[in-house]
Amino acid sequence: MAGIPHDHYEPKTGVEKWLHERLPVVALVYDVLMLPTPKNLNWMWIWGIVLTFCLGLQIVTGIILVMHYTPHVDLAFDSVEHIMRDVNGGWAFRYLHANGASLFFIAVYAHIFRGLYYGSYKAPREITWIIGMLIYLMMMATGFLGYVLPWGQMSFWGATVITGLFGAIPGVGSILQEWLLGGPAVDNATLNRFFSLHYLLPFVIVGLVAIHIWAFHTTGNNNPTGVEVRRKSKAEAAKDTVPFWPYYVIKDLFALVVILIIFMAIVGFMPNYLGHPDNYVPANALSTPAHIVPEWYYLPFYAILRAITFDIWFLEAKFLGVLAMFGSIAVMALAPWTDTSPVRSGRYRPTFKIAFWVLGFNFMFLMWMGAQNPDTVLLGLKISTWSLIGTIYWFGYFLVILPVLGWTEKTLPVPETIEADFDAHYPPKSGSAK
Amino acid sequence: MKKLLLSTVIALGLATSVSAEVGETHIEDFAFSFEGPFGKFDQYQLQRGMQVYTEVCSACHGLRHVAFRTLGDEGGPHLDAETVKAYAAEFTVFDAELDDDRAATPSDKFPRSGLENAPDLSLMAKARAGFHGPNGLGINQIVKGMGGAEYIASILTGYTGHEKEQAGTTFYENTAFPGGWIAMAPPLEDEAVEFADKHSNDVRHMAQDVSAFLMWTAEPKMMARQRIGLVSVGMLMLLGILLYLTNKKLWRDIKRKS
Repeated sequence: MAGIPHDHYEPKTGVEKWLHERLPVVALVYDVLMLPTPKNLNWMWIWGIVLTFCLGLQIVTGIILVMHYTPHVDLAFDSVEHIMRDVNGGWAFRYLHANGASLFFIAVYAHIFRGLYYGSYKAPREITWIIGMLIYLMMMATGFLGYVLPWGQMSFWGATVITGLFGAIPGVGSILQEWLLGGPAVDNATLNRFFSLHYLLPFVIVGLVAIHIWAFHTTGNNNPTGVEVRRKSKAEAAKDTVPFWPYYVIKDLFALVVILIIFMAIVGFMPNYLGHPDNYVPANALSTPAHIVPEWYYLPFYAILRAITFDIWFLEAKFLGVLAMFGSIAVMALAPWTDTSPVRSGRYRPTFKIAFWVLGFNFMFLMWMGAQNPDTVLLGLKISTWSLIGTIYWFGYFLVILPVLGWTEKTLPVPETIEADFDAHYPPKSGSAK
Repeated sequence: MKKLLLSTVIALGLATSVSAEVGETHIEDFAFSFEGPFGKFDQYQLQRGMQVYTEVCSACHGLRHVAFRTLGDEGGPHLDAETVKAYAAEFTVFDAELDDDRAATPSDKFPRSGLENAPDLSLMAKARAGFHGPNGLGINQIVKGMGGAEYIASILTGYTGHEKEQAGTTFYENTAFPGGWIAMAPPLEDEAVEFADKHSNDVRHMAQDVSAFLMWTAEPKMMARQRIGLVSVGMLMLLGILLYLTNKKLWRDIKRKS
C-alpha cells in the first residue's frame, strides 16, 4: 500500500540540494514529522510518545548506572548501594530507571489494549502488530534480566524460578537451563551473561521500534473510527488528516507531561512502592523468601503459569504452565487472523465491547492473583482455580470470541469518512462550510 | 480529557496491585515526621536514635553500608565534623593495608554485625516495608504512609513477655514478627538510654527514635529526593499548563472553536 499522499521535502538552496543528492536525511526527518495523521485521534493515541520517551529514559539512565555498577556476585549488591549513597545523583538515576520500567509497562499495556479495542492489528497493520508483540517480548526479557542485576533476594530467586521454567521443557530442558545459567545453578556466570544481555536488548528494541514506526508510517495510523484515510488525492487526504507536526507533537507532549507529573511524584515520594522489599536483602542461596513474586508487570502471565496444576498424559503441569504462559502472548499475536469481523473499530461493535472489557477486567484480576498465594480461597474457590478460569477466558477471547463474533455480531453503522465523524463532533459553522 | 483521566486511572490501578502481605501480624501506624511529600527527618530524633543504636543495637547489629562521614550530612543527623570524628573513633575497623584493626575515621563505614545471625540494619527499613495490605493492594502505604520504620518500631514495642524454648534456642513472642516468635530478646527496656536533651526514654519513644534513625540509614537521600520530587512536579505542572494552552490554541481552528 502506498503511503497517504502529502507534500514532500523539496531542497531549495544549493547546500540543501548538495546534501539531498548524497544523503536525503532532511527529507526523512521532514516526512516523519509531516506524516498526515487522522485528525480524530483520541487520548489513547498518546502512548507511543510515552513509550518512546521511556525507551530513551531507560537507555540514558541505564548507561549512567553501568558506569558505577559491578556485575559480580560479591560486589553487585554493594555497588548498587554505592550508587544510592556515594554517586552524585546516583539515587535519582536508579529510582528513575527502576520506576521507568514500571512506566514503560503501564504505557505498553495501555498501548496494546488500545490496539485491541480499536482493531489496530487488522489488515493492513498486521506487521506493525507483530513487531509490536516482539518489542513487548523483548521488554519482558530486558525487564527480567535487569531485575536480576541488583542481586537481592528477589533477583536471585526470580532468576531461579524463571530459568527453571526452561528446565520444565521435556527432553532438552535441563541442558537448556544449564546453558542459560552458565552452570548448574544461578551464580556469577548467570549474573554476567544477564548483565551483558540487559545492555544488548534495549538496542535491539530500538531497531524494532524503528521498524514498528516505519510500518505504520506506510499504512498510516489507525483511528477511533477504524475508517481509512482517503488517499486518492492530496486534497482528499488533507480533509481527513492533519500533519503530525505541530498538531500531534504538541498534543502528545502535553499528555506526556501530565503522565510525568505522576511519574515524578512516585519517584520523589514513593520510589520503592512498586518494588519488592525483599530485594533490599542481599541474595542468599540458602534462604528462600516466603513468597517469590515477580515484578507487577509479569503478574498476569505468572498467574497463567500457575493456573495449570494438573498433568495431561505424559506432559507435566509445570511444562503445560510454561506453554500456557508463552501461548497467551502467541494468541494475542494471532489476533489479526483470528478476528474475522469486517468492522475494525470496537466503537461500532456492541457485543465485542462487552467481551473486550471483560478481557480488560480479566487481565487486572489475573494480575492481582499473580501476587496471591495460590491456595488462598476467594468466594469458595482457590486462587489457582480462579486463575484457570481467567486463563480460559484469555485464550477463549482470542481463539473463540474474536472469530465467532465476526460472523454473528450485528454491528452499528460506520461513518463514511473520518471527516464525517470529525464534523459530527465539531460541526462546521453555518456559512463557512467547505 | 475524560479518556485521559480514564487512562490515568487505569494506569494507577495497574500500579497498585503489587506484592503479597507478610502475614497475620500487627503493625502499628506510628506517626513519623518524615511521612508524606512535605515530611522532614527530625535531626534531633535521628541523633537520639543514633544514640540508641550505638548503646543497644550495635552490640549485635552492623550498619555496613553507612559511612561515618554521612552522619554530618544535611538532611541526616547533621553532626558537626569534630563530633563525627570523635564518634567514628569509638569504633574499631579492620584495615587491609595494615592487616590489623584500628580506630575508625569518618571515611570508614560502620562495622558489620558482630553477632553472626543478627542481620545488618543498614537497609532494614526498606527491606521490611512489605505490608501492602489490604488484599495486596498497597492502600496502607499510600494512604497512611506506612513503611519499614513502622515495622521496626512495632517489633521493638511488640513483645508480649512470653517466651518458649525450641531446639535449644529461646524464642520471644512478638505481635509484629511474622510467625509470632522472634529469636531476638527484647532489646529495649524503659530508661535503657539517657538522652542529653532529657527526651522521654520509655521503650515506645526509644523505639520510634531508633526506627527513624534506621529509616535514615536505609534512605539517607530522602530529603533531597522529596525536594527534587516537589520541584519537578511543580515545574512539570507549569509546563503542562503552558502545553495545554498551546494545544488548545493550536487545534482551535481545526475544531472550529474560534
